[in-house]
Amino acid sequence: MTARNAQERLLDVKGLTVEIDGRRGPAVIVDGIDLHVGKGETLGVVGESGCGKSLTMLSLMRLLPNKIKVTKGTAEFDGRDLHKMSTRELRKVRGGDIGFVFQDPMTSLNPVMRIGDQLCEPLIYHRKMAKADARKRAVELLRLVGIPGPEERLEAYPHELSGGMRQRVMIAIGLACDPKLLIADEPTTALDVTIQAQIVDLVKDLRNKLGMSVVWITHDLALIAGLADRVVVLYAGTVVEDAPVDDLYANPSHPYTRGLLASIPTLSDAPTARLSSIGGTPPEPGRRPAGCPFAPRCPLAMDICRREVPKLEPISSGGSHRAACFAVNKALKAA
Amino acid sequence: MSAEPLLRVENLVKHFHVRLGAFGEKAATVYALDDVSLDIQEGETLSLVGESGCGKSTTGFTILNLHRASGGKVIYKGQDLTRLDEKTMRLFRRDLQIVFQDPYSTLNPRMTVGEAIGEPMLFHKLTTRAQLKDKTAALLQDVGLPTRFASRYPHELSGGQRQRVVIARALACQPKFIVCDEAISALDVSIQAQIINLLLDLQEKYRLTYLFIAHDLAVVRHISTRVGVMYLGRLAELAPRDALFQTPLHPYTKALLSAVPETDPERERNRKRQILQGDVPSPLDPPSGCRFHTRCPIAMEVCSRTVPEWSAARPGHLVACHAVNSGVS
Ligand SMILES: Nc1ncnc2c1ncn2[C@@H]1O[C@H](COP(=O)(O)OP(=O)(O)OP(=O)(O)O)[C@@H](O)[C@H]1O
Ligand SMILES: Nc1ncnc2c1ncn2[C@@H]1O[C@H](COP(=O)(O)OP(=O)(O)O)[C@@H](O)[C@H]1O
Ligand code: SF4
Ligand code: SF4
Ligand SMILES: [Mg+2]
Ligand SMILES: [Mg+2]
Repeated sequence: MTARNAQERLLDVKGLTVEIDGRRGPAVIVDGIDLHVGKGETLGVVGESGCGKSLTMLSLMRLLPNKIKVTKGTAEFDGRDLHKMSTRELRKVRGGDIGFVFQDPMTSLNPVMRIGDQLCEPLIYHRKMAKADARKRAVELLRLVGIPGPEERLEAYPHELSGGMRQRVMIAIGLACDPKLLIADEPTTALDVTIQAQIVDLVKDLRNKLGMSVVWITHDLALIAGLADRVVVLYAGTVVEDAPVDDLYANPSHPYTRGLLASIPTLSDAPTARLSSIGGTPPEPGRRPAGCPFAPRCPLAMDICRREVPKLEPISSGGSHRAACFAVNKALKAA
Repeated sequence: MSAEPLLRVENLVKHFHVRLGAFGEKAATVYALDDVSLDIQEGETLSLVGESGCGKSTTGFTILNLHRASGGKVIYKGQDLTRLDEKTMRLFRRDLQIVFQDPYSTLNPRMTVGEAIGEPMLFHKLTTRAQLKDKTAALLQDVGLPTRFASRYPHELSGGQRQRVVIARALACQPKFIVCDEAISALDVSIQAQIINLLLDLQEKYRLTYLFIAHDLAVVRHISTRVGVMYLGRLAELAPRDALFQTPLHPYTKALLSAVPETDPERERNRKRQILQGDVPSPLDPPSGCRFHTRCPIAMEVCSRTVPEWSAARPGHLVACHAVNSGVS
């Protein structure tokens, strides 16, 4: 599974900056991120809690909470800037060509609306289906995501389903209109590994059948390994590394990526007494250090790291593997 | 395993009586824990794994007598804890501590870190007022926090720092046994490793015994002496760490292990997973016989009729499965 049509970009985000109007004045949360997703490609977006994964994706759909706004950058989808579209145009894309699965199904499913109606809504709105056809399609969708007895489930309310089933309903809604792009924000984080494995297999299967592109947001580097074509690692609102999936795990380059990978115990390593770990904690927005945001925790930090911000630069011959780190770039130039 | 265990859990049962329906008109029973027996050896880390709702926390709570057992015994220092009243239990509380998943909800937001750590020491009369400050500082150092954090409030700390405070507070009682209930599950990956290392260091320093409840099997493999696998309120398998991960016997253990993703793209893509279908059945109405039979890939006729015996397939490797017992699997 190599990146298919990676050159042909379906989503192309450049210099995206998101700021919050906080109590101590404005603070940058997402700091000039570049992201792109090819047609049919699956992009994994990895990073720790608070690094800006959800806000990046919400900003694409212009669903940012109060006091948080995009201050710089462009986000082209299929050649058109999502941030410049009229609200009407945007509504057509949202839930239509771009399907969404949000982090928390309990807050994003409407608790007082039956599952069937929530599934039919986008079909009627985006695909102009008649009610009866929409219901037929809703049954198909529930079957597609592996929910048993789909006809009866149409009448159920969200609280009558288990966590795993709610998550599958969310995916069904995300897929309702055969989107070109599915954005899934930690769709399995709250679930057991067994249910997670079911959902990952489901999405892989659907992706291969429908040829859609996927952005899968997660903090789990193991989960994304078997799912993504390419992975972007975020730290404190910036992209620190971006690489084809095999490159990333074979040659992790940024000290943060390396530290993360080393600190994850696996089922195959010899179980050692102590885990390798990264000291310190990620900085909060508004309290990020000058220079490289990882410098306070980085074992390789040099003087320049505390003064200047490293740029995301190619580190492989083809240019597909990029990292933002002075030490990595210095080593490359020396070699 | 010949030494006298620190804790002996015998046929522990816990049922919750709940009311269902919009007006609570229907009484029902949650069979949360059914006939669980295990010994916990001094200085070991015994882990419990299994899907959410399978009874891991209930086991921890019932052992500590934070939930009243519905049946069975928990023997500690010759006493059956399940029979003790709250007053007698207080004598044992000091030895037996618990650390939860969500450190925020277990710390009083109006108490400083120093007060939170000092309180149990004063309560159990483990210090004088004069020594309190030094002892608190020593505990903060033990868990890798600067002593100036004593004057901070919980909301001024990160998740990982709060978890360190909760661990320091548990240590303040000089306990013998700590139940770690998903103690690292809510933490970021880079912080998880720090806290795991801390728990290992403290175990060595103070000869602590852990009941480590977690759902991350890779973490469990890393830190455990023995591992118990639970399914719907019962133990499915219990074995020394390497035996469980290298030669799992119970079909549920095998399925759980095969669902764990690994940081190796090549392997992940080509891996044949044995995916469990469906969700865990409701503990309000658990399946008859072997509770796993509705999802088990090798279920036989007997499985829905008879509860499989809890027996040793090899020395120290216990399992409850008809197929294993009869040598089919
Ligand atoms: N509504 C809000 N008001 C103020 N700050 C917010 C709000 N939502 C998010 N933030 C802050 O913005 C930063 C990025 O948040 P975001 O939700 O994108 O993180 P994330 O990477 O998705 O984290 P997680 O893994 O926990 O989901 C965090 O520091 C967070 O505290
Ligand atoms: N206080 C309670 N009242 C009613 N049911 C409970 C209570 N605590 C736990 N349960 C139920 O008991 C079962 C086991 O729960 P728990 O021990 O929390 O599982 P785990 O920790 O393995 O996720 C679940 O079905 C849960 O809903
Ligand atoms: S730029 Fe410097 S501080 Fe940042 S990751 Fe590289 S070496 Fe470390
Ligand atoms: S007893 Fe039967 S149903 Fe239960 S795990 Fe063994 S083979 Fe499967
Ligand atoms: Mg998020
Ligand atoms: Mg629990």
